[in-house]
Formats: sequence, structure tokens, C-alpha cells
Amino acid sequence: MTSSSIGRREPFDRVALLAVPAVAYLAIIYALPLVWLLARSVIGPKGFTLEPLADFFSDPFNWRVIANTLKIAGLVTLVCLVIGYPTAFVLAWARGPAQIVLLAAIFLPLSVGVVVKAFAWQIVLRRDGILASGLMQLGLTSEPLRLLFTESGLVLGAANVFLPFMILPIYSVVKLLDSRLNDVGATLGADPLYRFRHITLPLTLPGVVTGTAFVFSLSVSMFVIPSLLIGDRYQTLATLIGRSFLMMRNEQLGSTTATVLLVLAVSVVMTAAWIARRVGRSA
Amino acid sequence: MTRIERITAWSAWAVAVAAVIFLMTPLVVTVAVSFGSSSVFTLPPPEWSMRWYERLPRTTGLLPSVMTSLQIAALSTLIALVLGAMCAIALVRGRFHGREAIATFLVSPLMLPGLVIGIAMLQAFREMGLRDAWTSLLIAHVVIAMPYVVRTVLGALSLFDFSLVDAARTLGCSYPRALRKVMVPALAPAFLTSGMFALLASMDNYPISIFFTDAWTKTLPIQMLQYVEESPDPAIAAISAGLILLAVIALMIGDRLVGLRRLADF
Repeated sequence: MTSSSIGRREPFDRVALLAVPAVAYLAIIYALPLVWLLARSVIGPKGFTLEPLADFFSDPFNWRVIANTLKIAGLVTLVCLVIGYPTAFVLAWARGPAQIVLLAAIFLPLSVGVVVKAFAWQIVLRRDGILASGLMQLGLTSEPLRLLFTESGLVLGAANVFLPFMILPIYSVVKLLDSRLNDVGATLGADPLYRFRHITLPLTLPGVVTGTAFVFSLSVSMFVIPSLLIGDRYQTLATLIGRSFLMMRNEQLGSTTATVLLVLAVSVVMTAAWIARRVGRSA
Repeated sequence: MTRIERITAWSAWAVAVAAVIFLMTPLVVTVAVSFGSSSVFTLPPPEWSMRWYERLPRTTGLLPSVMTSLQIAALSTLIALVLGAMCAIALVRGRFHGREAIATFLVSPLMLPGLVIGIAMLQAFREMGLRDAWTSLLIAHVVIAMPYVVRTVLGALSLFDFSLVDAARTLGCSYPRALRKVMVPALAPAFLTSGMFALLASMDNYPISIFFTDAWTKTLPIQMLQYVEESPDPAIAAISAGLILLAVIALMIGDRLVGLRRLADF
């Protein structure tokens, strides 16, 4: 910042004009349509109405759909956290070829489309697929396990697709960890568990919050993965939206469900941002 | 290192190895199936063959959808790069309020459900009287590409030392020449990587594209999902293997330009 701009009211900066095209584009093509979608769900032919939303929430089926969505997203997030947290540490520790392998294993799947990966999981999860026959050969199951079109299969496939979004944010805080802090703790006589709880965990929490929010909001909104791995009998908010628009041609239901999903996704992102700020301040 | 620490470190490495296998599984399975002779996805395949690749040119609708996807991805990335870079310069160089908010706004399409964005756009486009599938796809995909461009270019620009441009001018370069000689080489990697990721995101998008396709204009993911639903056979694995190869190439370029490690700086 130049010294002349401090303490004075800033004059209009012409550089700001460069931002106008992009902001205007997104405002017209993306933000206004979203606001309009929200508005339409509470504005009927006779003005303000909560009728579509009330209808939506009075149907027990829709509550089941919401419960399914949250349950799957929660499980996927948990699986990603359990695998992703240690992996992020190893990514920060690793050097040379080990690090390259890890980075490639994170970025290659990230660059491959979700249709490709979901289709591959269809093959893996088949009753005669490698997972079921592998488990049988290990003697863990006596007959081929049915995994495709089950909740477990869906959670496994979705966790696979979203795992990089958990590892990377945690890695970005782990690599900033000062290992001397841990040594200081050890010198002062703190045992490893105590040091983890009072040094490592609080310092890596911002990454955990970001990763969790990423994976949770991606899982709440996923559409292709459940369409291929669990099918029509099990509905989530996103598949219900897809179905009501693309198959049942019920745009009213689709728009209302879209509003519910949008509010859910936005509140996840905002809650995460709020927690991240609080965690950041206390750490 | 105490015993507990050693055990913890070893278990972390064990989890990481499992994670690598887990992450690579779908890609390895896809490639293996695509080179198999069996039509029922037997793994490992009874015999290796190229039959699914030989069938690709005769698959109806494949080539048009690849062309549509490539055109839409290339054009929307280009538009996003121009608009996004201009905006990133304004955000880094400008002194005005709400810069943080603008940056968040431009990245936000990444965080909201694609289907919801798609529906909102569909209704808006209809209201505007826009019915052409190809144009709608292009307009929509710019929104998909924008977050990748803004995030990466913003990061690179805020690390760029603008006094270098002034230094070049002091040494006798004209302003455009100074920009070309100093700024362009420093920012080119950011442009290329963000362009690459934007391109891949556009090529891969399903939830927004699905609302803007018709019988003649389909993007590749839409066409592929249709194959999966109609006749799931290893020809889809062959297409997928092609896309995986594309991702490998993109990643190698990214590694050469900025290095995998810097890509990981989220």
C-alpha cells in the first residue's frame, strides 16, 4: 500500500473497472437466476406464499429423502476424514518418489471425470466384481457380498471421489506445522497423546474444518454417483431434483427441492466459514 | 522417537498406502477392463484384446459428443481466462472495498450444488428466450470454468512483484514490452494450469450440462452416462481409458510447468 492512501478517503480506483465484466457476467448468468429460483419458491400467483415449501415438508417421504442425504453425506465425510487425516501427514513427511506417488494418486483421480469413476465403481462393486470375490477369497465372507445398489457401496464410491478434497486442505496446514513445538512439548514432559491433543490437533483443526465442509457439501449435492451406485429406489435431495425435472417433469417439486438443497448447502459452507474463523482465532 | 510415536508413524504410513491403492482403484480397473476380451467386466480379463477400442469409431453419437465437449470446454475456458484474469488484476492491484467479497463470489459456483445452478440457469435462459442448446451450454460453462481461473490466477498475481514491471520500464522497455517480457513469463504457468483445470472441469461437468442438451447436442459425460444406462459394456471403459490418458498428459504438463507440489497448495 502506498503511504498516500493511508488515512485518507480513497478516490475511485479505475483499476476496479477491470473487475466489472466478470462480476456482471456471473451476476446475470448465475446469481440472479439463483435468487429468482429462491424467490419463486415463496412467491406464488397471488403474492407471497409458503405453500410449496409447506407441501414439501408435510410429506414424510421428503423427510426420508433429507435424512438419506444427510446420513450419506455424514458417512462419506467420516470415511474421508479417517483416511484423509493420516494421509495428509504422510504427504507432508514424504520425500522423493514416495511423495510423487502420493501426489499423483491424489491429482490423477481429481483430473478424471466423475462419470468415469462412478462407472468403475459399478464394476468393482458388482456381485462378481473384484471386491466381493476378494473378500470371499480372504475368507471374510462366505458368499459374494451384494455391494452395488447399497448404502455401503455408495459411501465407498463417494468417499473415493471426494477423498482428495479432504487430504489437500489438511495437508496445507500440516506442512506449516513447526515440528519444534512437538519437541518443546516432549522436553517439558508431555506424553504423545497430550501433545497431539494440545498441539497438533488444534493447529490442524482449520484444515480439518475446511476439508470436512468441502466433502460434506460435495456429498450433499452429488448426483451422478448415487444415480450409478444406488439407483432410483434410494432418493437423495439431488437425485430427487434430477428425477422431478428430467423424468417426472414436475418442475414445481424440482424447484422446491432445489431451494431446500441450496439452503442446506449454503448453510454448510457458512457454518464451516464461521467455525474456521473461531478455530483460527483460538489457535 | 518413543515406541508410541513409531507405532503412530507406521500406522499413518499404512493408511496412506491404503489411500493410494483406494484412490487408484477405479482408474486401474477401468484401464484393465478396457483391454480385456470379456464383455462382462471379468477381472483379471481372460485375454487381452483391443476389440473395445476397435469398436469406438462405430459407436453412434460418440464423436459428435466429443466434438461438442471439446468446443464448449475450449471456448468457455478462453472466455473465463480473459474475464477472470482481468478481474484478478483488479482485485490484486485495485484499492476498493469488497475485493474479498468479489473473490468469494467468483469462486462460489464451485461450492454450490451443480443441479441447483443448472435449474436456475435453465429457468432464466427460458425466460430470456434462449433455446439453442450449444449457446446455452457455452454460456453456462463459463460459470463452471471461472472459479478455477480466478483462484489460481489470483494466487499467482498476489505473489507477483509488480515493481519488476517498473524496473523493466526504467531500463528502457515500453509499457507493453515490459508487460510482455516480465509479467507474461511469470504468470504463464498459472494461466496454463488454471486453464487446464477449467478445461477438465468443463469436459467433466454433468449436473449443469444435463439441462441444456437436446437430441443433437450432447456433451461427452451426458452421452457416456446414457451408454452406461442403455448398454453397459467395456466400450465405455475404453472411452474412459482415453479420458484417463488425457488426465495423465494434463498432469504431466502441470508438473512440468509448476510442479505437483505447488498444485497441492490449496
